[in-house]
Order: sequence, then structure tokens, then C-alpha cells
Amino acid sequence: MTVTAIGSAVRRKEDHRFITGKGQYTDDINRPGQTHAYFLRSPHAHATLKKVDIARAKTMPGVVAIYTGDDVAADKVGGLICGWMIHSKDGTPMRAGPHPILAQGKVRYVGDHVAVVVAETLAQAKDAAEAIDVDYGVLPANVDTAGAQAKGAPEVHSEAPNNTVYDWHIGDKAATEAAFKAAKHVTKLDIVNNRLVPNAMEPRAAVGEYDAGNDALTLYTTSQNPHVARLIMSAFLGIAPEHKLRVIAPDVGGGFGSKIFVYAEETVCVWAARKCGRPVKWTADRTEEFLCVAHGRDHVTRAELATDAEGKITGLRVKTIANMGAYLSTFASSVPTYLYATLLSGQYAIPNIYAEVDAVYTNTSPVDAYRGAGRPEATFVVERLVEAAAREIGMDPAAFRKRNFVSKFPHQTPVIMNYDAGDYKASLVKAMDMADVKGFGKRKREAAKQGKLRGLGYSTYIEACGIAPSQAVGSLGAGVGLWESAEVRVNPVGTVEVLTGSHSHGQGHETTFAQLVSSRLGISIDNVSIVHGDTDKVQFGMGTYGSRSGAVGMSAISKALDKIEAKAKKVAAHVLEAAEADIDFKDGQFTVKGTDKSVDFGTVALNAYIAHKFNPQELEPGLKEGSFYDPTNFTFPAGCHICEIEVDQETGVASIVKWTAVDDFGNVINPMIVEGQVHGGIAQGVGQALLESAIYNKDGQLVTASFMDYAMPRAHDLPSFDVGMTVTPCPSNPLGIKGCGEAGAIASPPAVINALTDALGTENVPMPATPQVLWQVIQRQSKMAKAAE
Amino acid sequence: MYPFKYHKAATVRGAVAILKKAEEPKLLAGGQTLIPTMKQRLASPKALVDLAGAGLSGIEQKGRTIVIGAMTTHAEVANSAVVQAAIPALAKLAGHIGDPQVRHRGTIGGSVANNDPAADYPAALMALGATVHTNKRKLAAEEFFAGLFSTALDEDEIVTKVAFPVPGKAGYVKFPNPASRYAIVGVFVAKKGRSVRVAVTGAGSDGVFRHEAMEEALGKRFNPKSLDGIATPAGNLNGDIHASAEYRAHLIGVIAKRAVAAAA
Amino acid sequence: MPTVTLTVNGRQVSADVDARTLLVQFLRENLRLTGTHVGCDTSQCGACVVHVDGKAVKSCTTFAVQCEGADVVTIEGLAKDGKLHPMQEAFREHHGLQCGFCTPGMIMSAVDIVNRKGAVDEATIREELEGNICRCTGYHNIVRAVEAGALAMTGKAPARQAAE
Ligand SMILES: Cc1cc2nc3c(=O)[nH]c(=O)nc-3n(C[C@H](O)[C@H](O)[C@H](O)COP(=O)(O)OP(=O)(O)OC[C@H]3O[C@@H](n4cnc5c(N)ncnc54)[C@H](O)[C@@H]3O)c2cc1C
Ligand code: FES
Ligand code: FES
Repeated sequence: MTVTAIGSAVRRKEDHRFITGKGQYTDDINRPGQTHAYFLRSPHAHATLKKVDIARAKTMPGVVAIYTGDDVAADKVGGLICGWMIHSKDGTPMRAGPHPILAQGKVRYVGDHVAVVVAETLAQAKDAAEAIDVDYGVLPANVDTAGAQAKGAPEVHSEAPNNTVYDWHIGDKAATEAAFKAAKHVTKLDIVNNRLVPNAMEPRAAVGEYDAGNDALTLYTTSQNPHVARLIMSAFLGIAPEHKLRVIAPDVGGGFGSKIFVYAEETVCVWAARKCGRPVKWTADRTEEFLCVAHGRDHVTRAELATDAEGKITGLRVKTIANMGAYLSTFASSVPTYLYATLLSGQYAIPNIYAEVDAVYTNTSPVDAYRGAGRPEATFVVERLVEAAAREIGMDPAAFRKRNFVSKFPHQTPVIMNYDAGDYKASLVKAMDMADVKGFGKRKREAAKQGKLRGLGYSTYIEACGIAPSQAVGSLGAGVGLWESAEVRVNPVGTVEVLTGSHSHGQGHETTFAQLVSSRLGISIDNVSIVHGDTDKVQFGMGTYGSRSGAVGMSAISKALDKIEAKAKKVAAHVLEAAEADIDFKDGQFTVKGTDKSVDFGTVALNAYIAHKFNPQELEPGLKEGSFYDPTNFTFPAGCHICEIEVDQETGVASIVKWTAVDDFGNVINPMIVEGQVHGGIAQGVGQALLESAIYNKDGQLVTASFMDYAMPRAHDLPSFDVGMTVTPCPSNPLGIKGCGEAGAIASPPAVINALTDALGTENVPMPATPQVLWQVIQRQSKMAKAAE
Repeated sequence: MYPFKYHKAATVRGAVAILKKAEEPKLLAGGQTLIPTMKQRLASPKALVDLAGAGLSGIEQKGRTIVIGAMTTHAEVANSAVVQAAIPALAKLAGHIGDPQVRHRGTIGGSVANNDPAADYPAALMALGATVHTNKRKLAAEEFFAGLFSTALDEDEIVTKVAFPVPGKAGYVKFPNPASRYAIVGVFVAKKGRSVRVAVTGAGSDGVFRHEAMEEALGKRFNPKSLDGIATPAGNLNGDIHASAEYRAHLIGVIAKRAVAAAA
Repeated sequence: MPTVTLTVNGRQVSADVDARTLLVQFLRENLRLTGTHVGCDTSQCGACVVHVDGKAVKSCTTFAVQCEGADVVTIEGLAKDGKLHPMQEAFREHHGLQCGFCTPGMIMSAVDIVNRKGAVDEATIREELEGNICRCTGYHNIVRAVEAGALAMTGKAPARQAAE
């Protein structure tokens, strides 16, 4: 029997079903008697619904039912909620408009849900949807993040005057202003963090089913956190009480945040299933995903950095407008506040920070957490400022960083976070070495001979993961606790099932979690199965996002394993006829100190169940333990990415020639999987920096609503990546894990833009730096150079 | 997608007969443009006439002409030893249309009949002075292409083959759209004797066009340097989120030079 | 309704279908071969790639009726006699997948690349994967997997190919 150690790059257990086409994604599920739902969506960004006439459509072939906002209201189905309360500067709570699952009276973005048609086939549902007669009273649209609060801008919700959801701040304003007054040098940047569409390759889907005999509902859905979906649907929408609502998230084809949230469509499917008495299935097509999935980013920021004569950072000041879209999505409010501004200290000891954030409504798709959620935006601000400041004051960007790194831990930043461990210099130095920064000058000269402009950019990022003590996030406005649960069930033959509240949609939990169990209990990884994604099997859990599965989810498993071990020792003591205090457990064997007596884990498990060897008054039979783990702090993954890029002066095409990443994720369970997470994250960040942008025209039409216009990173847009690691174990959880899911996406955009600004000799390079954008920058530069002559 | 009746034609004549008889028919070649359009309910033919069995595929060299059947796929053109030897630029062009899967099904006939302003083939036809054969007539490329997504084809007319005169030298370079990978600018240059033709796709607001100023300059000396200083007015060019008319005008100059340099 | 008869994964199947049935719908809905996925509406993502008469095609952009008499192989038909195809093995060995959604299409495309081009180098692989989008892996490990799969399929290391 082979034990799979922590730290070994064992191949993934889940892969067999995926490489043979046997995965079970939501759209692969078909229920007897199933119908198909199709949503009639608003073609207008902003309009009143003067009339929604379904009479003719209802008579069309195959139509089972058609529902509108009126039916939702009549059934008293509650609106979708935003689960994080933010207060404005004056202490007033954020101003949120209602978010019905089918529009009531008004539509607020292109794609907003006007009605749902349930029919025997999808084609019939579409045909009937075309026959619904809607009279829209078209209103002017408000689509501009920076201009949303302007006088006369169309009002999205009457609850939010000036389209302002909140104006929030953090930090010490007066002290920061004083620091800027006293500064030797101030660096200023205007930054737009471009809006992105997550585009998990599996479009969202849902199947709702009603069991009339038991008055119970089941929802199969593409969710990263089925329990949270059930909680919201039960407690706030009133779909069904929790014990009558089972939510199953089977194999999920990527999420990146976008499948955390509770959406209108899945809610409608499960609600409609009861109403029409038939299973209701809906699968988004890609265009619907583009229009209606929660988008990411979309910040407009003015950022300033103050430095003293020694090149020490003395202050940082930020004013950000964050676009929330037309409705507040599930966690939208937390993203530009506690997930953003609390990271503005970066890896640096910055004594004074002040950030103001206005969240605004616009007539666009809701915006919420997307891989990194707030932290990429913060990192972009900090790393661009630092790079620009170094250049402006004539310091080498790496040296400037080193001068300002936090080097003593714990370190309390002025913006809540308490960094617990790290070695920022170590990752920078290692990355510089791997990237051969020394040889860069030569490579740049050689590139110049070919007409190429070469640049090198750093990003020394930090993120806060594994969010975090429930009490702490509660005090900041979170509506839920952010612990995780685990249950370890040892079967009589010694095989193990782990029930976890984490959810895997690509992260490989079935392997890494099993590795933990294998190494702890000394059993083969093949004898461990990980159960997740079903509210009827797993009692409760918070799901997977914010790089929390390792740090929080596995810590819960680890705690449950502690209990298993403790109880198994008791059983072993009886089996071995020894005192419990004398039992040692190592490599799957229970031994008695100072003797050669031993028994293996399987035998102990069997004895726990046959229960012949102990008195049930003293020890309960069975071997099953659970745990709820609440972290004591955030975790702080950090590292350094270096991008080397080349720009074709004639066309503006940028090609990444070399990518180096050195990350400190604390202890690593499976380096193969961790590196994979880094690769994927970098690709998404590079996508943001060079390719991707969700663009609305002034009427609120999404111009980039398909892969024809929204540029997704493809294989030849990217290089292979050089990935290295440094390790400072995380002191705040039992496994020393920090989390790795988002790091790549957080680190990479500023590395790319810092490389481009280096190559082009200007700080003004917007994202995405498409060929056209770079060509325009080159034109501007050469005009300026000519004017200077 | 709306319902339609599916017909499979065994001959061109048979296809024409169905076209004449059926209600709102459309020809189906590789389907790589038509099917996505129908899925999005942007096209709604009531009948499809599949040309797959109509004997229209194949490549042959007839003297100094390469004749390609309408149903020949992009992959077949790209991999054809005949095309590679006679007009390597054409093989290269075909080999960079879309992706391998699209190239396995998409056809030259479908591509020219569709005349997408960002498609690649139209540039080759124009620059090489190709002739489009239909069941009714033969049309010079210039007569055939008639602006955005339109051609000289009648309702019941079928492209049967495209004949390409073998040039002395030709080159094609495409600057792809970062999202769709269609051409933002594609320039095909062909030199035959002293005459040089330059065709630009992807950029013109009226579809593929010939670049006379470049043709004249290259006619004097077939060298990238000859194109120095030849500006393309942006007035008649497309602008979109990926490339403004000005940027396209600039790219035409750069890409044309590269096409000349690549010509073989 | 037209009848279509074709071979899928070595088995002859025949069905009456609405003419507008796409091959991918036929596979997923009629035959319940749900390994072939749909990731887009514009024929760009490649989640739906299968082999038709030995060539990779997008089954979302092919009507079932166009496949009359054709030999179709899907991801479910790649393993033979319980033995994984070397490309499947390579994807697992090199961690060429995360969520697995793009994977069937990726593997079918990868097999097709090697069938056409033999042992392939990195630049060629990246170019040839034009029609397959993956959001999870950043392609790094997919490229490693295809390199290894190609080696296993051909027994040859790649010659340097001109990547244009
Ligand atoms: C993802 C993707 C990427 C692509 N990228 C490119 C690219 O980079 N460059 C490029 O040029 N193209 C590109 N294409 C388009 C591709 O080349 C198509 O194959 C081509 O445009 C149409 O050819 P088809 O055989 O598929 O025709 P179909 O889609 O079957 O038909 C297209 C139209 O032509 C008509 N038609 C077809 N054959 C004939 C005929 N013989 N006579 C008269 N009318 C006919 C049809 O009725 C229809 O209206 C791409 C397509 C896709 C899906
Ligand atoms: S489903 Fe995207 S290409 Fe076929
Ligand atoms: S593995 Fe998830 S999309 Fe490729």
C-alpha cells in the first residue's frame, strides 16, 4: 500500500472521468419529463415595461408555461440579495435597489430577464418567446463608470440617488494628507481597470425538479457553493425551506468567481419546476453568458504615491469609482471595498493610506467577484504606482521595491490587514535570477536591432486569502460566516469518505484532499473519496472561492482527522490491550510505546465498528468525525512575477517572450496542481492586460458579446511559464497553507503593463494593451519626440 | 434555429433544380458560416441544398492555371502539393483561415460566395486575377465581388470552381483580429510579368479592393521599399473596436510590405 | 423527418432527426454521449470537437444529416478495449486539464494534430490549437501533454518546424 505524501505531485484522481468524456456537468443531466426554459431578455439597456403580453405565445406549440415578473410577485418570491453590507462615510447603509428574478416594471440592462418560457423543446420555447408582445418604454442608458454620478445621468434605481450605492472610505485621511504635503515626490496615475467577462468554458446551466410526493425541490446547478445558494434561496427568496431544497453542483466547468453568485435563471428553474410540475432545464448559450453572467473589475481610479528623499514610501491615496452594474450581485459590494482597499499596502511598509470608493449603478450587467476579486485591482494600483515612482525618482524598480518591502512580521498595515509571514525579498531575488534580469540589457539591444521594443516589468504582489475569521468579516459587514466544514467517515474496511463544504470546479480537490487523508492516516489515496457539491450529502459548507479551499477547507479536514486519530487511538488501545497514553500512530500503524505490538489503521477501523473489544459505556462504536474550522486570520500569499515583452513598432503587436513567477503559497500539498493554478491565473491576467475587454456602447449594448469580439487568450497568445516557489509556512492554519487559486490573475496584469511601459518609455499604457492601443501609444510617443526636437 | 428541409444534390444540375423549386432555399457547402448564422437566427432558409455530393471538389493544374472545385476545403487547398508548388501563397492563405476544424469543412466556394469583408480568399482572387466559374458563366474576380457580403451571383447560380492563373510570385500576409482571427487587414500581392496586383481584404468598408497606388509602385520595382511613403486614405476603410480606420490604413502599408517580402 | 445512419465509435446508429439537429445535439441528446460539450455559439471554442471520417470538426457547426454514412469518433470512443489512448494518458500525466470542460475537444483536436502533422513542436502545437479555448490551464500543461502524446503516438521527437 502506498501512501501519498503531502508535497507529492500525484496525478489527479478525477481526471479519468474527464479524459474519457464521463464527467457529469449540469447540462449532461436530464430528468424524466423534463422541459426546457428560455428567457426572453431585454434588448434595451433601460426601459419601462409598458406591456408584457403572453397571450399569443401561450398558445404556441409545445408551450408548458410562461411566467413573468407578475407571477414572481404573486408568489411572493423575494429578490436576489447582496450579502455584504457596506456603510457610506456618513454611516448610512448602502442603497440597494430591488433585484427581482424576473423584471418588474422596468428592465435595467441588455439581457435583463423579462419572461421565461417553459416548453417541451428549446426550439419551441424560443419560438414562443419571439411571440411575446412587449412594449418597452425606452429610457436613456447610463453606462459610463466615471460618469454614472454626473448630474442628469439616467437613474438606474430610485433607491440610489446619483446612482451611488455607497461612498465608502478607509484609512486615516488627515495623516495621509499630511504625508503627501511633506513628500519629496508624488507619483500620480489615472487607472482604468477594464471590465472583464469571466467566461468559464462551461456556460451556466440549471435543472429544477419537483417531487410532489414529498413536496421537495432539487436544483442541479453550476455553482461554486451550493449550500450558500440553498441558504439564499430558502432564507431570502422563500423558494422552499432548506430541508425541502436540495442543491447539487455536479462537475462544474470552471467558475473563477462567476458561479459563486445566486442568479435569476437557476432560481427561476427551481421555482418554475414546482409551478408547472415538471423538471425545468436551462443552459445558457455563450451570448447569454456574455450578457448576464456577473462581470469582473471595472474600476476607474486616481492613485497617488508619496515618497521621501530616501525613496521610502510615505503615503498612498486612492479614489476609485467601482461599477456595480444594474443590480447588486451576491457579494458585489465587498469587492471594491474590503477585498480591494485592504490590499493597498501591497508588500510595502506604507505608514499612511487613505482610500475612497464610490460604488455606482449603471445599465450594464451586474459586476461581482472575478478571479482575485478586488485584489487584482489593488495590486494593479500599487504595482503600477511603485514602478512609475521608481522610474520617476530614478531608482531601479527592483531596488525601490526592496527598500520598501515589509520585512518584519507580523506587520500591521494601516488598512486592516495583519501580515503574518512572508519573505518578499526572497521571491524577488529568486525571480530576478530565474528571469536573468542581468542579461536583459543585452536582450533589449538585440531586439532593437530587429525593430522590436523590449521591456521588463515586475509585479511583487500580495493577496489576502482564505477569508477569514467569521467574527472579523462579520464586523466588516459580511452576511455569512466564512468557516468551512468537513466530515470524515471511516468505513469498517478502513476506506474513507470525506464530506467537504468546499467545491471543486477544476481545482483538483478529489486529489489534494485525498492526499491529506492518505498521508495522515497512512492509507492509499485510492481508498479515499471526496464528496462535495450536494447539500443532501454534505451538511453545510461555504464553497470555493477566494483561494480558500486549501487554507480553510483542508484545515477543517485536518481538524476532523485530529479527532479521528484521537478516537482511533482509543480503539487501538483496546485492540492492543494497552493504555491509550501509550499508543503512537505513525504511517498507518498504531503501536504501543516500548513494545513491538502494532495494529494497522484498517483493523482499528473494523474494530471501531464491530465494537467487540470495548465497552460502549466508555467508547461509542463507529469512526466518524466532523469539524467546523474558522480561520484565525487571512492568509497572505505573495510573490514576484516578471514579464519580458517585445513590441513590434510597426504594428503594435506585443508578444510575451518570457514569464517568470516565484510564488510563496506556504506549504504545498500538490505542486503539480498548484503550478497549474498559477498558469491559469497568469493566462487570465495576461488576457486582461493584452486582450480582454467588455465594451458597452452608449446605448448600453454589449459590443463584445461573443468570442468574435471578446478576445479570449488562446494557446499562441501565451508563452510557457517559468514557475518557481519560495516557502514561508502560514502560521495561522494547521497545514501552513496560504492558497494559490488567484495569485496568477492578481500578479500578472501589472507585470505586463510595467513591461510595456518600460518598453515604450511612457507610463500611459491602458489595458487591454491591444495592438491598436500600443500603436496609438507609439504614435503619440514619436509625435512627442518629434515635437521635442 | 428555424426548421428547414434538407436536400442533398448529386449534381450541380440537380442542385439548380432544387434551388428553383424549393421555398427560400440556400446552398450548404461547409456550413462554417451558414450554420453559425442560422443558429443565431440571423438566417432562416426554409430549405438547404447540400452540395457535398455534387462532385465539386478537387484541385487540378491546367497549363498555367490552377483550378479548384468549389467544394474543396481550405485544408485540401493548404495541403495540396499542386497548389504549394504553383502558388505557395495561396496554400499558405488557406492554411491560415480560421482553425484546423474550420479548415476541414469550410470551402473555397462557400467563402467566395459569402464574400465576408474580412475573409481571406477574396484577396487572393482579386490579386491573382482569378476567374469564378458558375453553372451559368465565368466571372472575373472584379465582377464577381460586389461589396459587403454580396456577389454577382443570381439566386439560382452556383459557384462550381475557381481558376487561378499561376503568378510569377505572390505573397499573402494577414493581420488577424485578436478575437475572431479573421483579417483586420490582409494583403495579397501577385506579380506576373511586369504587372503587379495588390488586393486588400479586411479593411475596406466596401469589401476587398485593389490598391492601385501600390500596384503602380511595385510594378516599377517589386520590393518592399517601393511602398515607402505610399499612404492609404482612411476615408473608405472600416473602423471598429479592434481597429480604427486610421490604424487599418497604417497596417495596410506595413502588411503590404511584409507580403512583398514574403512573396515567392 | 430525414433518417440519418452513421457509425459512432464503431457502432452503427440510425435515427429520424429534425434536419436542424446539429451533430453535437445528436450525440448528446439522441445518443447520450455527453462527453462532447458546447461552449459557444460562434464555432470558436472547440469544446465540441469530434472526428468525422478521421478529421477533427466542430460538431456544433455540422448538421447530423451531413454525416450520413460517416464514421464519427467522440471522446468516448477514443480508448480501445479499456486502454486509454496515449493522448488521454498524456493529458492526465501532464495535468493538461483542470475543470475538464474543454478537455474532450482538446484531446480530439490534439489527436488530429498528431495524425496530420506527426511529432510537433511547441510553436506548431500552439498554432494548431487555434480552435480550442481553455480558460483554466493557461495552455502550458496542454502543450506539454500534446508534446508527450505526440511522442507516444509517433515514437518520434519533433523535428523543428517552421512556425509561421
Ligand atoms: C471559427 C471560424 C473562423 C473563421 N475564420 C476565417 C478566417 O480567418 N478567414 C476566412 O476567410 N474565413 C473564416 N471563416 C469562414 C470560413 O472560411 C467559412 O468556411 C467560409 O466563409 C464559408 O465556407 P463554407 O464552405 O463553410 O460555406 P457555407 O457556410 O456552407 O456557406 C456560406 C454561404 O455561401 C453560400 N454558398 C456556399 N457554397 C456555394 C456555392 N458553391 N455557390 C454559391 N453559393 C454558395 C451559402 O449558401 C451561404 O450563403 C471562419 C469560420 C469560423 C467558423
Ligand atoms: S461549441 Fe464552441 S466551437 Fe463548437
Ligand atoms: S480545463 Fe477548464 S476550460 Fe480547459
